[in-house]
Amino acid sequence: MADFGGTDLEAFRAETRAWLAENYPASLNAPMGEDDAPWGGRKFVWKNADAKLWLDRMAAKGWTAPMWPKEYGGGGLSKEENKVLEQELRKIRARPALMSFGLWMLGPVLLEYATEEQKQKFIPSIIKGETRWCQGYSEPGAGSDLAALQTKCEDKGDHFLINGQKVWTSYADQADWIFCLVRTDTSKKHEGISFVLFDMTTPGVEARPIKLISGSSPFCETFFDNVKVPKDQMVGKLNGGWEIAKRLLQYERQNISASGFGAGGGLDLVEVAKKEIGVDDQGRIDDGDLRARIAAHRMDAHAFMLTVRRAEAESKASKGPSAAVSIIKYAAAKMNQERYELMVEAMGLQGLGWEGEGFAKDELAVTRGWLRSKGNSIEGGTSEVNLNVVAKRVLGLLDHQ
Amino acid sequence: MAVLNEEQTMLRDAAREWTQENAPTTALRKLRDGKSKATFDAPTWAEMGQMGWAGVVVPEEHGGSAFGYLSLGLVLEETGRTLAASPLISTALTAASALMLGGSEAQKAEWLPRIAGGEIVATLAVDEGSHHAPEKTALKAEKTGDGWVLNGSKTFVLDGEAADLLIVAARTSGKGTDGITLFLVAGDAPGVTRTHLSLADSRGAAKITFEGVEVGADAVLGEVDKGWAVLEPTLDRARAGLAAEMLGTATQAFEITLEYLKTRTQFGQVIGTFQALQHRAAKMFTDLEMTRSCVEAALEAIDAGQDARATASLAKARANEILHLASIEMVQMHGGIGMTDEHDAGLYMKRARVAEALFGGTTYHRDRYGRILGF
Ligand SMILES: Cc1cc2nc3c(=O)[nH]c(=O)nc-3n(C[C@H](O)[C@H](O)[C@H](O)COP(=O)(O)OP(=O)(O)OC[C@H]3O[C@@H](n4cnc5c(N)ncnc54)[C@H](O)[C@@H]3O)c2cc1C
Ligand SMILES: Cc1cc2nc3c(=O)[nH]c(=O)nc-3n(C[C@H](O)[C@H](O)[C@H](O)COP(=O)(O)OP(=O)(O)OC[C@H]3O[C@@H](n4cnc5c(N)ncnc54)[C@H](O)[C@@H]3O)c2cc1C
Repeated sequence: MADFGGTDLEAFRAETRAWLAENYPASLNAPMGEDDAPWGGRKFVWKNADAKLWLDRMAAKGWTAPMWPKEYGGGGLSKEENKVLEQELRKIRARPALMSFGLWMLGPVLLEYATEEQKQKFIPSIIKGETRWCQGYSEPGAGSDLAALQTKCEDKGDHFLINGQKVWTSYADQADWIFCLVRTDTSKKHEGISFVLFDMTTPGVEARPIKLISGSSPFCETFFDNVKVPKDQMVGKLNGGWEIAKRLLQYERQNISASGFGAGGGLDLVEVAKKEIGVDDQGRIDDGDLRARIAAHRMDAHAFMLTVRRAEAESKASKGPSAAVSIIKYAAAKMNQERYELMVEAMGLQGLGWEGEGFAKDELAVTRGWLRSKGNSIEGGTSEVNLNVVAKRVLGLLDHQ
Repeated sequence: MAVLNEEQTMLRDAAREWTQENAPTTALRKLRDGKSKATFDAPTWAEMGQMGWAGVVVPEEHGGSAFGYLSLGLVLEETGRTLAASPLISTALTAASALMLGGSEAQKAEWLPRIAGGEIVATLAVDEGSHHAPEKTALKAEKTGDGWVLNGSKTFVLDGEAADLLIVAARTSGKGTDGITLFLVAGDAPGVTRTHLSLADSRGAAKITFEGVEVGADAVLGEVDKGWAVLEPTLDRARAGLAAEMLGTATQAFEITLEYLKTRTQFGQVIGTFQALQHRAAKMFTDLEMTRSCVEAALEAIDAGQDARATASLAKARANEILHLASIEMVQMHGGIGMTDEHDAGLYMKRARVAEALFGGTTYHRDRYGRILGF
């Protein structure tokens, strides 16, 4: 760790710490509820003015996208500086300034594949949280087999014309723009797909919310009926969208993995079990079977955290994404689902409250979170598909004939 | 794989090449079929000593290279791959650690150079029953004049018959982790009786009885009644190092199996095309990767002088679990051939179970992890 400008880094740390002390709004020290999530965008209603202030201050420094180039409004930080920033943010338990598909998925591929004009047009508003994006990938007939997608995109000379349907489009009803996979050639599968961007207020776009088992409705069926899209809103080449689509999925999985689906947030499993079940004279959770399974889960979570850290260190040393990424998504989903199952079990019926009296806010959140976590092994590529990818790409096993 | 420095990369590569060449599984078969009751092959161990492997963690002033535990782990991973039987775990890892952690200057000067040079075999004699339970140490040591007398027995002591030096955990007072004292006892001291215990892994261990064994006051390693302060971190080093060996064993078992999946044909195609096997292989790979993170983290924590109790238990428990699984799948995925003595799958399975039990099984470490974390 000694070589790269240790003293500069320490100066950066001191500066960052001072800036955060000055600029992090005190009212955000309270824990963040699910409805406090700062998604931004044109339609977003800020319940808390300080959350908006925090976003604006961070965005002004480019720190919502700390490592993106300064020319598009990013922070321009090095990996090492970014690590310091992350550490300092963690130290004060700062809430995220912005949560955004633009930051996590679209931005990185725009930086890689978009034209200069497209970068200038789309990246700054992602960083400032002004435009909220949704992901138009899945269709009724194209889930795991994503390249089977049928949404039609025709070249009409001065514009593209899009017709078809997407499904499971998270927050399509809240989003301002969509990044969308469309079919531009029906004679080929993967080589007939293109990657386009368009405004969700374009005539012919309709998003209908779908209710989840958790009772909330974060995703939609999305219909396109003769939607006209300007031709400069295609990213990459005509029929060259698949490569971009896959790259974006890598970023999506990486991001999901790094956050571990937010495991660790909310109630602490061990504390809950101690409280609801009690402890023996040695301070052990007074249900040996459950205690052993909680210990096994905590060890899994520890192993997961160490693996994320190792993958980071290795990719830094060797450059380029490591094969660990697809294992990590699989492991993260399993771990988060296990955590919720154990939480519900430890809480007993108190962990299955649906609404109203008799349940604290964080108890109700457990019920909803437990149900929501079932999507972790489906969204962003199912666990079975993850295992297929590991078997094929990493282990070199062939497809069944 | 952790990001290694140049020395470590060289050490690992050399260890890989040497073990594949000089200590392959056929060497273990020879040891087994030779009926010598030896737990390792002496000439092989002598060569390891010449290569400096016995002194990887030993400080330079005592003749070692002080490369550290992560480095020793790299060597152990390679010996684990080929199931090479040697006193690396008993001597170079465990006994060396105990002396480094608890030894007086005189004790270190007397024993460490000989360990580092591969001249002697030394071992920790801790367990007294079929399960690892250092807290239950009962072998009695009583004060007589200015020395001590030891009475009791130890069992499943690694390389116990060959050991020149025994580091014996004894009860001097109290109970549990209080009142344990460590003693340095010559392997051939009067009153010491050693019996070979032949285990499924073809290496075996020893039962050792102590009848009125007399030692001087200078035989105490660390402080009287406070042996736990040395014993616990010594055991954690043993656990982390053994976990590295087991990671190597599991990795090799997995790789051999993977190779078989790519070559064995049934139903007109290689069996590796069947998804039922692919997903199990991918899960094993995931577990192997996670285990590697834990093993390296434990070794690195030890090298950094941090509290390594939780990570050592994590590493050992994880290594137990993946080696258990990989050894079962190795037999299963090989079908009938995996059940034969001629195939190596059985050797991996047998070594797996012995290694799993040594220095604490999975439930032991799960329980300990919970205690350390306060539940
Ligand atoms: C919470 C949530 C949010 C989502 N958000 C979005 C979004 O914003 N945008 C978007 O485009 N999509 C989104 N999705 C959709 C998601 O990407 C798809 O659900 C996913 O790719 C699986 O497709 P599917 O639902 O059609 O299931 P299918 O592909 O039909 O799979 C059904 C079952 O078959 C298994 N299966 C399929 N193929 C194989 C195979 N080859 N081998 C073994 N098993 C197989 C699957 O693993 C699964 O268990 C979201 C999904 C969820 C749950
Ligand atoms: C103790 C013992 C006694 C036996 N006694 C007799 C006997 O008396 N007479 C006799 O004729 N035979 C006997 N057998 C042989 C036994 O029937 C075969 O070993 C068994 O049918 C498996 O065949 P295989 O060994 O060729 O393995 P393979 O068929 O090569 O299988 C290797 C692995 O691939 C898996 N696999 C194979 N095909 C598929 C697939 N389509 N999908 C998913 N996985 C697959 C298998 O489950 C296995 O894990 C005996 C075997 C044993 C172990």
